Amino acid sequence: MEEKPYAHLPGTVIFDAEQSRKGYHLNQFCMSLLKAPNRERFLADEHTYLDEWPMTQDQKQAVMARDYNRMIALGGNIYFLAKIFSTDGKSFQYAAALMTGMSQEDYAKMMLDGGRKPEGKHG
Amino acid sequence: MAKLTAGIACSHVPAIGAALDNGKSGDDYWKPVFAGFDFSKLWIAAQKPDVVFLVYNDHATAFSLDLIPTFAIGCASTFQPADEGWGARPVPVVEGAPELAAHIAQSVIENDFDLTIVNRMDVDHGLTVPLSLMFGQPQAWPCKVIPFAVNVVQYPPPSGRRCYMLGKAIRKAIESFPDDLNVQVWGTGGMSHQLQGPRAGLINREWDNRFLDRIVNDADDLSKTPHIEYVREAGSEGIELVMWLIMRGAMDDEVQQIHRFYHVPASNTAVGHLILKNKETA
Repeated sequence: MEEKPYAHLPGTVIFDAEQSRKGYHLNQFCMSLLKAPNRERFLADEHTYLDEWPMTQDQKQAVMARDYNRMIALGGNIYFLAKIFSTDGKSFQYAAALMTGMSQEDYAKMMLDGGRKPEGKHG
Repeated sequence: MAKLTAGIACSHVPAIGAALDNGKSGDDYWKPVFAGFDFSKLWIAAQKPDVVFLVYNDHATAFSLDLIPTFAIGCASTFQPADEGWGARPVPVVEGAPELAAHIAQSVIENDFDLTIVNRMDVDHGLTVPLSLMFGQPQAWPCKVIPFAVNVVQYPPPSGRRCYMLGKAIRKAIESFPDDLNVQVWGTGGMSHQLQGPRAGLINREWDNRFLDRIVNDADDLSKTPHIEYVREAGSEGIELVMWLIMRGAMDDEVQQIHRFYHVPASNTAVGHLILKNKETA
């Protein structure tokens, strides 16, 4: 098969059909967190809640570690994963900073200074 | 007959809605964002559209991975603001325009664009934030809205060209509706932003401004921009900008720019905004 034109974008996983297939149950678990009673049950016992979903062990571990880059590599999509950090009471900017390895303060400052250049560098 | 009178482009960052809902629109951080819409609020109050055909994307709210329609037209009489995981936004219920929506669906499908028809759907910030930016915080939205959801979550979204040509079919459909209605088309989302991975925080001011130039004066050629350029230059979520091309396709080839605004940042995103009028109605 021909290589995808977006295979080598720096620091970027494109959520295509292949990723979507890998991440189907992970993302559908995230959708379940749109309902308040599910959010409460998940926070009370994450392990038991995750075991109700036919996800891989790697996916479950990534969720419990809140390792968003790993979840994305395993088929998660950011708009679905947003339900996890919303359940934790965290913002999009918190999650974005986490994925870049920056502190939220440094990340917010980078955005005020005009954001990151497309090559992946900032400043 | 119904008439398409104006096209509006507008970002739909969720944090803008949260800032407004939580009374922070006067903060130093948010003031310049809302100031970019001061003119627009006055302008639209004078324009009094009857119906807004609002092109947006759902963010894993109404559509999960169970159903991923590329183009979905909302034909219901009302649409509830959605709970996106932190409670629904405290904004009015969105009133639909079911007769016009059904007419557009029939006309556009007969013109080779295969739409998904949606008779029940909650609407998320992608739809309600542009309404808030343009209308502020009224008790009820001052016009009816036809939600038109485009898949930009799972790659590939429809091509820019397809979106542009669809806009032309939507124009034809609107202007063959017998009632005297003042209709606007809005394209929302963008501008450059990336919300995921180590490259999160991407902003490309130069590319965005060239996009703003070209969507006004060079739209036909702009619509041929391949997806890879959007994701490389405007970020993985910047590809939402193809939705602006539906709006632009619905307008005349030559348009008059009434207003233009650009600001960085709103949370993780560059905010862009345009008001366009067809020259004959200017």
